[in-house]
Amino acid sequence: MTRKITGILAVFVAAVALLLSPAQSHASADTFIFGLLMVGPANDHGWSQAHFEAGKEIERNIPGSKMIYIDKVNPADRPGVTIPFLVDDLVSKGAKLIIGNSDDMTDGIREAAILHPDIKFIHISGDDALNPDSPENLSNLMGKMEYGQMMAGFAAAMTTKTGKIGYLGPLINDETKRLAASCFLGARYAWTEVLKKDPADLSFKISWIGFWFNIPGVTSDPTQVAKNFFDSGYDVVISGIDTTEALIVADQKKKEGADVAAIPYDYEGACEIAPDACLGVPYFNWYPGYSYFINNIKNNDWKKEWLWLGPNWKDMNNTKKSSISFKNGNALPGDVQTKLAVFAKGLGNESISLFTGPLNFQDKSIFLKEGETATEKQIWNLPQLLEGMDGSSK
Amino acid sequence: MKKLIIDILLGSLLVFSFTSLVLLIAGAPVLDAFKHIWLGAFASSIKISQVLSVWVPLTLCSCGLLFTFRANLWNIGIEGQVTMGAIGAMAVLRIPGIDPTLTLCLAFLTSMLCGGAWGLFAGLLKTRGGVHEIFGGLGLNFVSQGFILWLIFGPWKRPGIASMSGTELLNRKLWLASLPGWRVATAGIIITITILILTWLFLQKSRLGLKLKAIGQNPKAALLYAISPERYYLQSIFIAGSCAGIAGFIQTTGVYHRLIPSISSGYGYLALLLVMLSGYKIVLIPILAFFFASLNVGAIQLPIVLQLDSALAGVIQGCCVLCALFILGIRHDR
Repeated sequence: MTRKITGILAVFVAAVALLLSPAQSHASADTFIFGLLMVGPANDHGWSQAHFEAGKEIERNIPGSKMIYIDKVNPADRPGVTIPFLVDDLVSKGAKLIIGNSDDMTDGIREAAILHPDIKFIHISGDDALNPDSPENLSNLMGKMEYGQMMAGFAAAMTTKTGKIGYLGPLINDETKRLAASCFLGARYAWTEVLKKDPADLSFKISWIGFWFNIPGVTSDPTQVAKNFFDSGYDVVISGIDTTEALIVADQKKKEGADVAAIPYDYEGACEIAPDACLGVPYFNWYPGYSYFINNIKNNDWKKEWLWLGPNWKDMNNTKKSSISFKNGNALPGDVQTKLAVFAKGLGNESISLFTGPLNFQDKSIFLKEGETATEKQIWNLPQLLEGMDGSSK
Repeated sequence: MKKLIIDILLGSLLVFSFTSLVLLIAGAPVLDAFKHIWLGAFASSIKISQVLSVWVPLTLCSCGLLFTFRANLWNIGIEGQVTMGAIGAMAVLRIPGIDPTLTLCLAFLTSMLCGGAWGLFAGLLKTRGGVHEIFGGLGLNFVSQGFILWLIFGPWKRPGIASMSGTELLNRKLWLASLPGWRVATAGIIITITILILTWLFLQKSRLGLKLKAIGQNPKAALLYAISPERYYLQSIFIAGSCAGIAGFIQTTGVYHRLIPSISSGYGYLALLLVMLSGYKIVLIPILAFFFASLNVGAIQLPIVLQLDSALAGVIQGCCVLCALFILGIRHDR
């Protein structure tokens, strides 16, 4: 009996020894490994997938580059897991650059950047790099989605029959306020300048769910919020969240006979889920920003930067060149598509400038005086929603 | 002793076979998956310290549960008690103008009191209201979750931001310190070892432990010896809540450095499994907590390296508990 136990123990010791042997790194000297931390699932048809696809595009186009990634990085999906913990792991696997793709990661990325001064960090959507005291190895990248949202608002206002546009908002911060405001300005421009209607007849309502995607029991349910919009007469819902619930609900309602539509967000392929209910999608291309930083690191040319990249107006749907784009959907009528193109051209050549006064904040205080145009800083740090928008600013 | 070794080996074999089957069904390379989980937990001192940072709250909750299980109470409300401990700590940490060390000491005490009081609430619901502690505890877990969400989205939200990302980051002076290159709060380790020793002393060497055992085995008989079950139910659940509250304090000041909605990270529920798995024996608690913690930390390798869902770690943990209960059942029958 003792012999048997000794035998089994020996097998176990051998197995443990085998498992203990350190992992072999297959990375050669020319390999550039970058780690991507995504807040949502890599296949969310939204924000995280846009980042994931850009990472894959980098692997295809920058020789020697290799992406390691982990998705669903948020305390609800991965309880107990913190950003510095994941960064430690990605660095131990050879990552030279870490990209954190959510504003939710602000504190964690900052902490990890301090812990790993030799590793470069890009925090998407933040503005740490503007602070002179922030770590030198931490930069920020964001796209000027304000233009995409202006186009979304324009398409919505041109299409709505009831004059009621719903905006499915994530959480409240400066970024979401300026994006919702951009959307509203695009809608109001279409309503007053193209359709020549009374601005008082346009209703633009925002419902914030509390996070970038649904977390049962924690956020409001975006499916329910979208249904409420449609059930109360809002016939176009624009999504500001990372996932596609608004479009899915619009598609269901459309199949039931309702004349409704939706505009998803973030990802070029978002309309594919329900093409017939989709007016179009404003989306990010992260490839230009990613490749800029990676090439800089490879050329030893890194510097702390805050990059806010806009559309390439000459070739907006070129994923290699334009950081922001808008893709028309099946539900967008042909004549509106033409008018939208004219609108986009006006935005590009600055003959249309929507953040120009007179503009008031939601509390009726003055944001921009007559003829005054907002600076980038004023738009980036928009303190509250604008007059005419229905929804909470704080 | 020989029997115990055979049980452990048999149990390990069963766990290994069963989890291998689960991994095969998930389409994962079995040996690779085990190897990566192992390396993910033990490949460096940083990883081991990360395992310890999970071990701390898990062990604290388990110590607390030993008291309530001893009195035959099912303290499902342990999750809420962690949350309330964290809220209590945060309430003190937000007070400006106090010396950081004093603030941390006060936050520690408040977290104990808040966790304990939340436990006591479930106990009173049982003793005075006739509500079974499982239902009372579950209900209170929901209430505490609602409360923390309200605080994060309401009075304690970051300026200009309403997000479930949590409250503003604590001042660095209020973070529990770690040794250089380590990722676990040193104070957390010391507190946990102290609580472990105290739990052992109370349960094995004190009248309280004996009386709780008497009540747990036969509350009616205990009455004959003038031991009031009600009083000891409340004492045990208060102690359990206090231990959970301390876990909440460490999660807030040593791990997240802010209050987040899922501050308890599910460690309370995990501790329930762990204590059952230990057969309510304190000597096994730190070992099993370390095993579960390493599984938790190591499993993050599944999505990173093998692109598998790390929820598989939960499946493996479930398998461990089922297999252990199976072995215990066989042993009992023998």
